[in-house]
Amino acid sequence: MRFFKIITARPWLGEETAYSAEFDAALGADGLATLKTKRMGLFIFIGVATALFGLFAVAYYMRMMMGGWHMLMEPLILWPNTLILMVGGGLMQWASWLSKQGNVPRAKQAFFAGGIAGLLFLGGQLLAWQELIELGCYAEVNPANAFFYVITGLHGLHLMGGLFVWGNALFKTMGDASPAAITASIELCDYYWHFMLAVWIAIFALLVVT
Amino acid sequence: MTEDNATDTEAEDHGPTTFLTKYVWSQDHKVIAIQYGLTAIAIGLVALVLSWLMRMQLGFPGALEFVDQEAYYQYATMHGMIMVIYLLTAIFLGGFGNYLIPLMVGARDMVFPYLNMLSYWVYLIAVLVLVSSFFVPGGPTGAGWTLYPPQSILEGTPGYDWGIILMLTSLVIFIIAFTMGGLNYVTTILQARARGMTLMRMPLTVWGIFVATFMGLLAFPVLFVSGVMLLLDRVIGTSFFVPEIISMGEPLAYGGGSPLLFQHLFWFFGHPEVYIVALPAFGIVSDLLSIHARKNIFGYRMMVWALIGIGALSFIVWAHHMYVSGMDPAFGFFFAVTTLIIAVPTAIKVYNWVLTLWRGDIHLTIPMLFSISFVLTFVFGGLTGLFLGNVVVDVPLSDTYFVVAHFHMVMGVAPIMVVFGAIYHWYPKMTGRMLNGPMGQIHFWVTFLGTYAIYFPMHYLGFVGVPRRYYGYEDIEFIPQSVHDLNAAITVAALFVGVVQLLFLYNLVWSLKRGELAGGNPWRATSLEWQTPNTPPVHGNWGKNMPQVHRWAYDFSVPGADKDFMPQNMPRQSFEAADVHKLDPDPPTAGPPSDDPALPPREGEA
Ligand code: HEM
Ligand SMILES: [Cu+2]
Repeated sequence: MRFFKIITARPWLGEETAYSAEFDAALGADGLATLKTKRMGLFIFIGVATALFGLFAVAYYMRMMMGGWHMLMEPLILWPNTLILMVGGGLMQWASWLSKQGNVPRAKQAFFAGGIAGLLFLGGQLLAWQELIELGCYAEVNPANAFFYVITGLHGLHLMGGLFVWGNALFKTMGDASPAAITASIELCDYYWHFMLAVWIAIFALLVVT
Repeated sequence: MTEDNATDTEAEDHGPTTFLTKYVWSQDHKVIAIQYGLTAIAIGLVALVLSWLMRMQLGFPGALEFVDQEAYYQYATMHGMIMVIYLLTAIFLGGFGNYLIPLMVGARDMVFPYLNMLSYWVYLIAVLVLVSSFFVPGGPTGAGWTLYPPQSILEGTPGYDWGIILMLTSLVIFIIAFTMGGLNYVTTILQARARGMTLMRMPLTVWGIFVATFMGLLAFPVLFVSGVMLLLDRVIGTSFFVPEIISMGEPLAYGGGSPLLFQHLFWFFGHPEVYIVALPAFGIVSDLLSIHARKNIFGYRMMVWALIGIGALSFIVWAHHMYVSGMDPAFGFFFAVTTLIIAVPTAIKVYNWVLTLWRGDIHLTIPMLFSISFVLTFVFGGLTGLFLGNVVVDVPLSDTYFVVAHFHMVMGVAPIMVVFGAIYHWYPKMTGRMLNGPMGQIHFWVTFLGTYAIYFPMHYLGFVGVPRRYYGYEDIEFIPQSVHDLNAAITVAALFVGVVQLLFLYNLVWSLKRGELAGGNPWRATSLEWQTPNTPPVHGNWGKNMPQVHRWAYDFSVPGADKDFMPQNMPRQSFEAADVHKLDPDPPTAGPPSDDPALPPREGEA
């Protein structure tokens, strides 16, 4: 394994290959982080966010076994919402593929549509909240409700962060950004959309199963 | 050669030029580091003053009239939280991490400078929110730094109306700030190292900060989760953590929640947190010992492995803080075992520090004094940790002053010693001037002896069963007179130690203008930050040419070399091991070390 190879090196001998291209990759000629660097930053962030949602799942599970817990009736609208987010992920992937094929104008359209799907999903989640509130399923009457609000709320906030970046990228693609920069932005959003989708499916599965 | 570097000012500085962009909305890691450091010290001073007030009450009960029960709890809570999170975590990672990572790995800056700037400002907001709780009705929370529900959010606890809300909000904001910073530190270390700087050639300082940041990125989400849930319990009345409670004969609206769940979450964060503070200190102290003893660090690889091992293990020991919470004995046994296992890599580090000093050319500079006192103090606190790690020993000692002594030795005094040592060590790089020596000597000796005068007797207090977190002990039968006398003595020592910190602050300001000129590399150190073309380093750190690394950071007193240190960017010499170039596909040729045109220049630097 590479990790073990790295940490068993013997630096005092000076025998290492010290000139690999790995060392030049972080910043581009413009002084800004390259795609490789941004991708790594994004992956680390995804790791942190995974820890966050995973912990909520654990807390959910532990709290479920204690008193005052009533089953939550998931609003039906969550199903179409899931579908919308899936479509969004698909669009993003398509955009990423297109842009790598060199078809940037097409890619921009798909990218735009993918973001809109994200927005629609957020709207749908709000409807789900509204439905629960109208039914009197407040957070304080049932911990299952409270978890629902907190977890979907945090997921929504994360998605909003993604949409912010998406909006920025959209702005950039309308200007005179290079195709490489556009491809890079699209690729990063693509990863993040898939992550958001995966988290949502995991949350939804947890809610439906319990 | 390094001295020459220092006087070479040809390198151009194309950084921002207005005062605002240079010092306020700065994206330069060095400025951000100093902003972080100064903010942390400022809020740390608040915590210091709070500790004086508490000590006055304990040593001379009733001497200060405004310190009543409520105020005492509020001071204790704020003192603990500020010291652990807002001072130590912030200064090690936001302060030293920011300053040292890019310089030590040979980068021009962090890879996401804008995010780095945001990180500081969000941290500042977290601090301000925390401070604002002193001025709201009811004052800051008095729930204890562990914030255990249900008491932390119920009526009867000081600050339950606003204080606790602001505390939790501030923590959540802090975590957002930390995440932004942490992403930067990790990505920079992984991606932006200079040519030739392999991971295993990095100074241990960088390794310590690296592992600690990783731990922080995994542990802080836990605090985030518990903080948000507790906040909801308090604000909208959910029952994540609060069970059914009858208060004044009336049942409260809560029901079914589990306070134990909070304890698990809190300590699952809390124990890694103590190592988030300790690991950067380990790393820094390794470098200081090596530099000031003019010897390579003993067992470099083992030091790295121990850092990683401690980091991993510290996630499976949390329940040793909960032995008295009524846990299953098998559970307790498991955690006692893991807790004792973590002592193994810790002990390896201690041995290696001692062996680094062994037959070294020890210079008792002020950074060295602080480093040695760190090792002493850490061993002391670590040993009492072993006591507490055993369930049977812990049960009677838990919630006594023994615990207070343990964690102040190991997490209060020891890391603070490193903070001081590091400031004396790197101040010349940050400002170009040395800190004043005689003032430093006074600062060191009073702090070192004083902290022992404070915390040593607390072990005894713990043995005779003095409970912690009490406001007063006057009319308690089992408390002997000796305890009261000791408490008075401790208070006097604490005031001395506190006052001498003001001397330190004065020294920081005084030396800025009047300190002895330091030159580029006053300690004759090998790591890259001492090889910058300018001191203090300018925007972009390296001027025209990026450094190229040819060796690890510990080539001190190499036989055959003409100086007792060989900087990391010095090409390999003919007398060095013969096998050196065999595996190197592109052997470096002689010539100025940083003369490598391959790297693209940054931000318009030609
Ligand atoms: C060999 C190493 C260590 C062992 C075996 C150990 C063990 C323990 C145990 C069992 C407790 C709980 C005592 C009780 O509440 O009854 C404790 C408390 C504590 N330890 Fe350690 N410890 C070790 C190292 C450290 C280090 C390195 C730090 C910090 C840098 C640290 C900071 C703390 C703190 C802050 C507390 C008190 C928390 C509180 O209750 O407010 N410990 N330690
Ligand atoms: Cu612990």
